[in-house]
Amino acid sequence: MDEKIIKGVKFGVLSPEEIRKMSVTAIITSDVYDEDGTPIEGSVMDPRLGVIEPGQRCPTCGNVMGSCPGHFGHIELVRPVIHIGFVKQIYDLLRATCRRCGRLKLTDDEIDRYVRIYSAIKGRWPSAAKRLIEYVKKMSIKAQECPHCGEKQFKIKLEKPYNFYEERKEGLVRLTPTDIRDRLEKIPDSDVELLGYDPKNSRPEWAILTALPVPPITIRPSIMIESGIRAEDDLTHKLVDIVRINERLKESIDAGAPQLIVEDLWDLLQYHVATYFDNEIPGLPTSKHRSGRPLRTLAQRLKGKEGRFRGNLSGKRVDFSARTVISPDPNISIDEVGVPEDVAKVLTVPERVTKWNIERLREYVINGPEKWPGANYVIKADGKRIDLRYVKDRKEFASTLTPGFVVERHLIDQDVVIFNRQPSLHRISMMAHRVKVLPGRTFRLNLLVCPPYNADFDGDEMNLHIPQTEEAIAEAKQLMIVHRNMLTPRYGGPIIGSAQDYISGAYLLTVKTTLVTEQELQTMLGVSDIPEESLAKVLEEPAILAPKRLYTGKQVVSLFLPSDFNFHGQANISSGARACKDEDCPHDSYIVIKNGKLLEGVFDKKALGNQQPESILHWLIREYSEDYGLWLMDNIFKAFIRYIEMHGLTMTLNDVTISSEASAKIAERVEQARSQVSELIERFNKGELEQIPGRTLEESLENYILDTLDKLRNDSGEIATSSLDPFNNVYVMARTGARGSVLNITQMAAMLGQQSVRGERISRGYYERTLPHFKRGDISAEARGFIYSSFRSGLNPIETFFHAAAGREGLVDTAVRTSQSGYMQRRLINALSDLRIEYDGTVRTLYGEVIQTFYGGDGVNPMLSAHGKTVDVDRIVERIVGSKR
Amino acid sequence: MRSSSKKIDPRVHSLVPKHEVLSIEEAYSVLKTLGIGPEQLPWIKASDPVIKAIGGKPGDIVRIIRKSPVIGETVIYRYVVSG
Ligand SMILES: [Mg+2]
Ligand SMILES: [Zn+2]
Ligand SMILES: [Zn+2]
Ligand SMILES: [Zn+2]
Repeated sequence: MDEKIIKGVKFGVLSPEEIRKMSVTAIITSDVYDEDGTPIEGSVMDPRLGVIEPGQRCPTCGNVMGSCPGHFGHIELVRPVIHIGFVKQIYDLLRATCRRCGRLKLTDDEIDRYVRIYSAIKGRWPSAAKRLIEYVKKMSIKAQECPHCGEKQFKIKLEKPYNFYEERKEGLVRLTPTDIRDRLEKIPDSDVELLGYDPKNSRPEWAILTALPVPPITIRPSIMIESGIRAEDDLTHKLVDIVRINERLKESIDAGAPQLIVEDLWDLLQYHVATYFDNEIPGLPTSKHRSGRPLRTLAQRLKGKEGRFRGNLSGKRVDFSARTVISPDPNISIDEVGVPEDVAKVLTVPERVTKWNIERLREYVINGPEKWPGANYVIKADGKRIDLRYVKDRKEFASTLTPGFVVERHLIDQDVVIFNRQPSLHRISMMAHRVKVLPGRTFRLNLLVCPPYNADFDGDEMNLHIPQTEEAIAEAKQLMIVHRNMLTPRYGGPIIGSAQDYISGAYLLTVKTTLVTEQELQTMLGVSDIPEESLAKVLEEPAILAPKRLYTGKQVVSLFLPSDFNFHGQANISSGARACKDEDCPHDSYIVIKNGKLLEGVFDKKALGNQQPESILHWLIREYSEDYGLWLMDNIFKAFIRYIEMHGLTMTLNDVTISSEASAKIAERVEQARSQVSELIERFNKGELEQIPGRTLEESLENYILDTLDKLRNDSGEIATSSLDPFNNVYVMARTGARGSVLNITQMAAMLGQQSVRGERISRGYYERTLPHFKRGDISAEARGFIYSSFRSGLNPIETFFHAAAGREGLVDTAVRTSQSGYMQRRLINALSDLRIEYDGTVRTLYGEVIQTFYGGDGVNPMLSAHGKTVDVDRIVERIVGSKR
Repeated sequence: MRSSSKKIDPRVHSLVPKHEVLSIEEAYSVLKTLGIGPEQLPWIKASDPVIKAIGGKPGDIVRIIRKSPVIGETVIYRYVVSG
């Protein structure tokens, strides 16, 4: 056979002749099986449509089941029906052409001119050609009279989904599909072309079906349910319906039945053919299965998330992948992933036998599929695939292993795999990790890599994919491995970094009061891999020599810093009363690092947190390589965890319990706000309230009340927090950025404050009141969702209700937002997915169209930039000189 | 409120970058360096206010010089289409 190259694909409308030509048989009977269950010839299960049972040979092509492609049949429709997918086009064509002669309702001169323009631009300016066609159509529809035959035109009406009428003098006259087909047949090929169709491949009258293709059985297989009863595919059901109605229509016509009956049957045929194509047409009842389930017909097979395109072509299930629950493991490296042994025994990596690995691979083959590390398959040099499950003597088989064989061995430590968590919103939702086979049934990952995946351990599951070729493995290792992605291309800062306990640990270790004994120091350094020389240095020189050798926490963390590292900046705890703007800082909230020594300040979220650009962590990774970043993550953060384990960290009720004086102060403040609000309401009732420009009086009152109540909560929070010990556990966590905020503390210790729905005080529920516990029209604070209680004191039932209402809104918002942003993301990705940066720096489509003449307008790769800047001069000066400008 | 007869030249606005119609020679060399036909550039409608102000016609290629916070100036090209 000649080798052919596909140059393109052309779409058109099937003509009736073509349908008959590709059909192996006409389908004429609505009975499908005879008494003994064999398919009837001439039914929708006609054996000539292709083999369905294994072992049989196809009567049409002679192939067995796997190789017979299936063959089309056809149904000769007794009366034509409209193809539901072409209703819009039929409507346009009817209006744009003459009802008598079928010509475009434009003069010959006009037509000539448009044809000339059209043929000139259609090759190079397809979108302009489209506009021209739309224009021609519009002009032709406008014409009331045919310039060719002088026929007066009537208005055509389309009654959705598929009924056409003509508004004649005598009234509305229905156009049957036969009438429509007759009209469309009259349109000459030249006019069809100017209407934007290719008359060779898509004649307009072919949009009215006279023959219906019957697809092969392979695309609508019947399935056997347990009881041995055959269940047919939805398409088959629909086709049987069509054949049955077609039969009845033929009988009625032949018997000379009254026009009305014939037309009813014709309509029914039209309905069945329409729902065969699409069972979700607005204005038509959906066709249902006997059980009441709507039938899944052609359009439903293609549409939507589970449809052919999104469900089977854009995305599909893949081999060499695994999915299970994730759980944390702070002891493995950030670029490792813990893989359960059960998973490691199923997923395989093909490894080619060489003289250097033959002994190792023999071991795997001997171990076989059951014992890890083993192998599941061996592919011989001749390409034959041996399943090790069925090899009787694996020891003997292993001895036949020779270079050139490929062993599909189990996953072992250090294999490179791709780890992923949905929704995969950015590229770092998929990163390469090194395998660490562990006991248990979950994937294990280091806590520091949670932020790029947005993972937590409340039941999240993740996927694992095993690259199968050397190229894929190398690519994953060089480009996708975790420590090559510590800096995100989103904003050029570290996305990986400490959170929660890591931050608390770093703070507690570096805070001024922390002194550690030699033994504690050894415990911390025991989990870290510190180079000998820096270790020796610090151990010589504790901060305190007598009465006991004690090291400061700052000395400990300095062990991990490069000896030429300089940094100055505020810590997260630098706020409010404890803020510092320079080195002269009594609160230890200004960080100074000189020559790799932490001299002042504490490490908290701003220093080492995740997603903190221009932080110590960012500069360390940027200036001392990603490999140093990896080392830092695997060592200093482990020391923090070890320290917090020794120190202990928890919270108690006392941490959010305020003194009785503070409580009294808050109560006093509450009374003050209450009276302010009632005074506002009183003034409003008297009409003395000052109106805010641009707002109604009612809105102004709401605003004043909201302001008053907001001040109340802020003041209460202020009173509460200033009465709390700033070094209590909860407060420390909030100040360092480990977890929680001052607002959270306020709500726990002082009061929850105003609950809101749709950005307003809660106002709906009952007639003119929120709950029946209040008088109608009561707009006081407590009647409109203000909560005076704190979580510490507990909420009363009414407050609980308001809190739940506001909480519900939050949940609904999240659900709505994720679905909307997901849809937007899908569209953006589909639009941008094949763009690439060419070697000349331009961003282009696959067809060479230029999207940007210079990537991003500045050619900057944000991942390699200093937080978006090409050069950060301030940082360079600080780094070299050791102080800020 | 604002009368339609009172047209404002968009070019005087500080946020509108500089647009200029290229000469045939310039246009030719731009297309040559990018190795593309004119329609493979991003398009801009002839009815665009700035294009109207600089007198661009369908078929012209326009150079737009934008300010960039990172590299000072960045140059892009657009192909004027009817509409
Ligand atoms: Mg979760
Ligand atoms: Zn066949
Ligand atoms: Zn006519
Ligand atoms: Zn108005």
